[in-house]
Amino acid sequence: MDKIPILRMGAFLLVTIQVDLYDRLALNLEADLVQMVNKTNAKGVLIDISAVSIVDSFMGRIIGNIASMSKILDAETVVVGMQPAVAITLIELGLPLKGVHTALDMEKGMNLLRSMIDVDDENEDLESEENDFITE
Amino acid sequence: MTLNTHTLLQKKKKTILELWMKNQLADEGLREDLISNEELRSQSEELITALVGNLSGDNFSNLESDEWSPVIEILGGIAITRARQGFSPRETGNFVFSLKDAILDVLQQEITNDPATLFVESQKVNKLMDSLSVVTFETFIKGREEVILRQTDEITEISTPVIRVWEGILALPIIGTLDSARTQIVMENLLQEIVETGSSIAILDISGVPAVDSLVAQHLIKTVSATRLMGAECIISGIRPEIAQTVVHLGIDLSNIITKATLASALAYSFKVMRLEVKKVTVTKL
Repeated sequence: MDKIPILRMGAFLLVTIQVDLYDRLALNLEADLVQMVNKTNAKGVLIDISAVSIVDSFMGRIIGNIASMSKILDAETVVVGMQPAVAITLIELGLPLKGVHTALDMEKGMNLLRSMIDVDDENEDLESEENDFITE
Repeated sequence: MTLNTHTLLQKKKKTILELWMKNQLADEGLREDLISNEELRSQSEELITALVGNLSGDNFSNLESDEWSPVIEILGGIAITRARQGFSPRETGNFVFSLKDAILDVLQQEITNDPATLFVESQKVNKLMDSLSVVTFETFIKGREEVILRQTDEITEISTPVIRVWEGILALPIIGTLDSARTQIVMENLLQEIVETGSSIAILDISGVPAVDSLVAQHLIKTVSATRLMGAECIISGIRPEIAQTVVHLGIDLSNIITKATLASALAYSFKVMRLEVKKVTVTKL
């Protein structure tokens, strides 16, 4: 049975889909990924679909599901490298993937995730600094 | 005396041509700017030779017969050239109708003593020339349609350029009405260009779109969503006040889309997102 590897990199999880996703594989990926987010306490999930040339409505829904599930587990999902044809197909299918962040390539996706998580950290820092001032 | 109309016409070819030319030159709608008199004459002569040459006693009313095909061919050629040269339908019609007048005049001169025959023969000529006029018009309109089709193709081809305004910023000015076919081309071009240049912002300028209805808005929303899926941000700019009014009156929700009034403000917004700054340089004189 095929399996799509999920790599851990710091606070993020990387998933690179390099085969055409059939339904069973997609369902397994969904389950594995949610398990992995829970286990590693990841803050972000990066899904690279630059090698995927065919999508259907099921696949679109799975991506949406993964994003929603990760969100509940406090991790942001970024889908990177979508092909133009895939984007057009998803739109024509009426799946604009609301709630999923997107980026052009891996690098930009990584920066996006960092900025999203940094913002939270900065806020915490600011708060703690303010607290320091008050105590002084 | 039983003089057949076709032999009569064949004999009187010269007279008919002269009469016809006179009619055409006397016509107020003569377009000397589009066609020279010599050219008109040679066109007319060619047509009349073919017409009279193929005339026989029994093919008057039957335009389907093979004998007419050279005439129809010549007539079609003339009609198509005229369509391309920009003649009006009236001018093209008059070309054939003035021939009819010339032929009828000749008939009238020749058959003076027998009103009944004159009537019958005139009727026949009338019918024939009418059918020929219909053919002319058909081909004329076909020629015009070809011109329109070619222009449509050209417009779709040239009117969807994707411009790189800045490192990472693409602009796409849309000119003309957005229909499904054009949206498809626009979307494909834009997405392809985003991938190739790695741009993160695309500006869709619709100042050249004459009207926005719900279908056009739908197409715009689709394009914006597709760009977002690719990982780029899409801004719609160039929204005129009238368009803003129609969009709101139609109840189209554009609140999820970044919209700007002008391309300049869209560009300014893009700079802000990309953390770029445009500064006026103060020149210090030495």
